[in-house]
Amino acid sequence: MRDAAGSIPFTFDGKAYAGQPGDTLAAALIANGVRLVARSFKLHRPRGIMGAGVEEPSALVTVGEGARAEPNARATDVFLYPGLVARSQNAWPSLAFDVGAVNSLAAALIPAGFYYKTFFGPPSRWMLYERFIRRAAGLGKPPQAPDPDHYGHRSAFCDVLVVGAGPAGLAAALTAVDAGKRVILIEQDAAPGGSLLRERVTIDGEPGVVWAANVADRIRAGGGRVLLRTTVSGYWDDNFLTAVERRVEPGQPAEGDAQVLWRVRAGEVVLATGTIERPLVFANNDLPGVMMAGAARALALRHGVAPGRRAVIATSHDEAYRTAFALADLGVEIVAILDSRTQASGPLVEAARARFVVHAGARPLRAIRRGIGLAGVDALIDGAKRRLLADCLAMSGGASPVLHLHRQAGGALEYDAARGGFLPGAGRQRHVSIGAAAGEHDLSAILTLARVVDPLGPGSPPAPGPLWHDEAPGKAFVDFQNDVTTLDLALAQREGYVSVEHTKRYTTLGMGTDQGKTGAMVALAQIADLRGVPLPDAGLTTFRPPYTPVTMGAFAGPMKGDHAAPIRRLPLAAAHDALGALWVPAGAWMRPRAYLAPDETVAQASLREARMVRASVGVVDVSSLAKFEIAGPDAVDLVAAVCATPVAKLAIGRGRYTVMLREDGMVMDDGTLWRLAEDRWLITSSTGGAARMARHLTYVADVLLGHPRAAVVDVGEHWAGLALAGPQAAAVLSGLTGAEAPAHMGLGDAVIAGVPVRVLAASYSGERAFEVHVPGHLARAVFDALVGAARGLGGGVYGLDAMDHLRVEKGHVVIGAEADGRVTPADLGLGGVLRKTGGYVGWQALQRPALVGPVGRRHLVGLTSVDHTPIAEGAMLVMREGEPPLGHVTTAAPRVAQDGAIALGLLTDGATRHGQIMLAWSPTRRSTVPVRVGPPLFYDAQGARYRD
Amino acid sequence: MLLIPCPHCGPRNQEEFAYERTLDSVVRLNDAPELAIATLYARANPRGQEHEIWSHTCGQWLRLTRDRISHAIHSVEPL
Repeated sequence: MRDAAGSIPFTFDGKAYAGQPGDTLAAALIANGVRLVARSFKLHRPRGIMGAGVEEPSALVTVGEGARAEPNARATDVFLYPGLVARSQNAWPSLAFDVGAVNSLAAALIPAGFYYKTFFGPPSRWMLYERFIRRAAGLGKPPQAPDPDHYGHRSAFCDVLVVGAGPAGLAAALTAVDAGKRVILIEQDAAPGGSLLRERVTIDGEPGVVWAANVADRIRAGGGRVLLRTTVSGYWDDNFLTAVERRVEPGQPAEGDAQVLWRVRAGEVVLATGTIERPLVFANNDLPGVMMAGAARALALRHGVAPGRRAVIATSHDEAYRTAFALADLGVEIVAILDSRTQASGPLVEAARARFVVHAGARPLRAIRRGIGLAGVDALIDGAKRRLLADCLAMSGGASPVLHLHRQAGGALEYDAARGGFLPGAGRQRHVSIGAAAGEHDLSAILTLARVVDPLGPGSPPAPGPLWHDEAPGKAFVDFQNDVTTLDLALAQREGYVSVEHTKRYTTLGMGTDQGKTGAMVALAQIADLRGVPLPDAGLTTFRPPYTPVTMGAFAGPMKGDHAAPIRRLPLAAAHDALGALWVPAGAWMRPRAYLAPDETVAQASLREARMVRASVGVVDVSSLAKFEIAGPDAVDLVAAVCATPVAKLAIGRGRYTVMLREDGMVMDDGTLWRLAEDRWLITSSTGGAARMARHLTYVADVLLGHPRAAVVDVGEHWAGLALAGPQAAAVLSGLTGAEAPAHMGLGDAVIAGVPVRVLAASYSGERAFEVHVPGHLARAVFDALVGAARGLGGGVYGLDAMDHLRVEKGHVVIGAEADGRVTPADLGLGGVLRKTGGYVGWQALQRPALVGPVGRRHLVGLTSVDHTPIAEGAMLVMREGEPPLGHVTTAAPRVAQDGAIALGLLTDGATRHGQIMLAWSPTRRSTVPVRVGPPLFYDAQGARYRD
Repeated sequence: MLLIPCPHCGPRNQEEFAYERTLDSVVRLNDAPELAIATLYARANPRGQEHEIWSHTCGQWLRLTRDRISHAIHSVEPL
């Protein structure tokens, strides 16, 4: 018996209480006389505490304050700490006077299938109901502020992973440790013992709880790892399991990680997951005061808390008899034991008969409510209805082995008619179920090597409770968390949702945060009865991870904020910062978007920079472009397979534009191809496609060509790239190198600021231009020299936006914008650059009839704003507003060379529409701009400016 | 998460690997267009054992023979 006064202060709904060390929040609330702790999900019915652990369906509360508040915590699965703050959920203005409880009266409005029926009705009906439903039905509210806690990830491996530190799990883990195995033992409770925590047995002369603690110590001493307060949430392929360790309780500030997500690869897995007790089905079986017999016993024997003053025990098997003894020893008056079996015998039953009133063939029909809790029970006793007055009804309708992990692992099930449920069959991976989870209920049979003394004697195996045929008025729940009753199951059957998978979705059976742990088998029995089929033929829904809800932060772990994804910075990032770069993320890279002068907008700066390039010269950082060197006697074969343009005849020291296709003929990437030597090539390709291209090159080499004598080296990280563009670019370059600049599409080695560099004469802007490749760690001096020389000629640096303006005006495509994975080279006007002889990836698919046909493809076009209004990117191209789109705007830009607005777009049969006026229509941006369709080229149509 | 024995590195977590395609969907460079298109768009997709191409982060390409129901890996060969 515990002291009346507690030592650990906590609050519930703002009221101060105190509990004792080792208390769950549920135990402390009951010890303080709090019986009403929640309102149910749909019907707002008053709810108390039903269970004793993670299976609790009813007593959901929010624990913690502010950003640390954890909604939907199970009061039975939260251990008390000083200052714990708990609140009830889903009630307004208060738990006792909940306005939403009128839902119970209007329950006919939201029967099973309510959502389905509403969705099948006119949309306006859903719009009307939604506001009402969202407010009325619900669980706890998630905190709005960022989670202040830290979460860790740990990986581990072991020979044997034991799940569950009850008697079976402890014995198995100790055996494995003694055999020299590396062992991890995981237990979701705060203490080892499992069922021993709620039973009064001695093992090898010690109380069960003491034995459990000692075994846990021996496992640790033998090198095993014992993780308490840790729940295995998922069993994946090849014996890979994930578990969540709570290092602090919900809402409790942590020194380090609040939770740790364990990823364990195990040699063998031992599932000692025990059982979950089943409820009995009768009217009002959800009233506060009605609880599971095992939970009542745990309150009494583990916490020394009496769940009431007058208790009725209702059961279908022996186990619940133990509850009568446990409660009576705390001074609770046992009004009666109602046993649904007509015949019951055995030492446990006989011992009970000697001390209590035991009715055989008796069962509860209806719980009687007074205020918000239980006042009594109408029971069927000796064929007649009798009212028993009680404030606690401890019930047990059998026990279900916890098969979740066994099923997640792919294990088979075997039906056991005597227990009315399933037992684990053969495993698919390397796992075995033991103890109560395997259907063994007798402790001395589990601990064969130990001396077990049970003062009450062994009981019979658990047997299912009677079916409920609505013999009394009132709701009889099978899923307490989602408010699913036997009438809902019957309705679903009547309306044709026969299969259990359909019934589940129609009634929301088992779809709460408890995933139907308590009521699933009871509901299944009722469904089988309604259908007139044996239980195993009624089907079973899938057991999916996680076993219990997992905080999102545990999945994210340390990968949040800046650590969520790697950020790649250019080798010259510091130099750009010194120039006042405005950074923009481009894939994983941060790139300079523009270099803003005082009082300049980004648009103004970008246009200024672009015009500077057209007028004199500009320097832009293109280091993030992908770069691959391919070398070897067979290098030409690999290059020719990847690049769809002519390859073999490219002269040494020359380059050309190239395009790479997917197997379906669509453009995958584009770039330039350079021949550095007879057997040595350089490919540049898009920044965003770098990883894909790296993989593609090795796929083509290893899988398609069967390991040619060619090496592929990703040199993207090695070389910084600086593009120099504009009419003065050649002057800047030769001024710095002291040599003549290479001809267009030529390459050469040079020295700038004492640093050896490679110069590639390629243009992306329409101006004479060069790419200077320099080892990244030596790039600063070259950059400073280039920028200094450019400034001397009226030029300077430019950013990504200006580069985009320039390339749009020149009609160059970008992978991802114009080449969006649905266009062929011909669609982009690049049909002429392809190698006529084929032999490259994607050449066959280009012969598909749909691709060679004359009409129906979307072509790249240029769009000019008729009235100079900017065109919206992504706008649809239509003849009239509201008509189906014929194409869309891929990139929009201002004109650089003169005033005005232009864009590139993809337009059905666009090549035949040049000269047409269409609308670029964007309802989401409220923009409609008349545009003239033309070729995708707005600048220097003769191509005079970029040549030497 | 599968445990895949890389011929180069030994058994490693699936997250280090990338699935590429089934072996029967490999389009050879010199396949005739009709064959290539059939390979691309008409796959066997058998229920049960299938040959698949995966790559490991070490750079090794693999041919996996894998059961698509039980997820059991029967063999792994370097490509």
